[in-house]
Amino acid sequence: MTITKQQNGSNLTVLLGGRLDTSTAPQLDAELKNSLGGVKELVLDMKDLAYLSSAGLRVILAAQKVMNRQGKMIVRNVNETIMEIFDVTGFIDILTIE
Amino acid sequence: MAELIGQRVFPADDTALADVLGFITGSLEEAGCPPRALMQLEVSAEEIFVNIAHYGYPAGSPGQARVTLSLDEGPAAVVEFADKGVPFDPLAKPDADITLSAEERRIGGLGILMVKKAMDNVTYRREDGMNILTLQKRFA
Repeated sequence: MTITKQQNGSNLTVLLGGRLDTSTAPQLDAELKNSLGGVKELVLDMKDLAYLSSAGLRVILAAQKVMNRQGKMIVRNVNETIMEIFDVTGFIDILTIE
Repeated sequence: MAELIGQRVFPADDTALADVLGFITGSLEEAGCPPRALMQLEVSAEEIFVNIAHYGYPAGSPGQARVTLSLDEGPAAVVEFADKGVPFDPLAKPDADITLSAEERRIGGLGILMVKKAMDNVTYRREDGMNILTLQKRFA
């Protein structure tokens, strides 16, 4: 997968591309753990994300919990298939999806 | 009568995940499975295989997982996972509560729920010392 970060003050946008699965979820987890200090608004841009499994959902949930404490998190550009995964898992009610 | 498409045995280890999913999606795509069903089968197969890889065999004694693909009437894709690991029925656990807030959610427990929702039929049986888990997804 590809992870591209754009930081603007306390605003961090993370562009996700490719596959967020059991093999790649630890990369994103480590990347977010290292980057969220001082961040007040986190945007996860899923425009180029092709695949998401529950291993990826765990990382997204962990990020949401961190951002609940220090600011807010927005999920953007979710495609139809990934939206369906958010729907059946109830993530649609937990996340702020734009 | 189900028509066999293919069967392969993989090491029950995360490192084999890409091969397992490649085998399943490649074979089913060739068999005419539409993209949406294919993606749902892929997400579901990942959950089942990773479960076997993580919990099926005791640490230090690596095992295998056999994947059998067939086409059923409908048509429907049938993906069967068989392993000789400890008896384990992943369907027996209660579903994750998807009404909880982020703070109340446990990390994990969502995989099997996704599988149940995405598939038309999921069955488990213990047979001849093997866990046999079958996913079925209609093409429509």
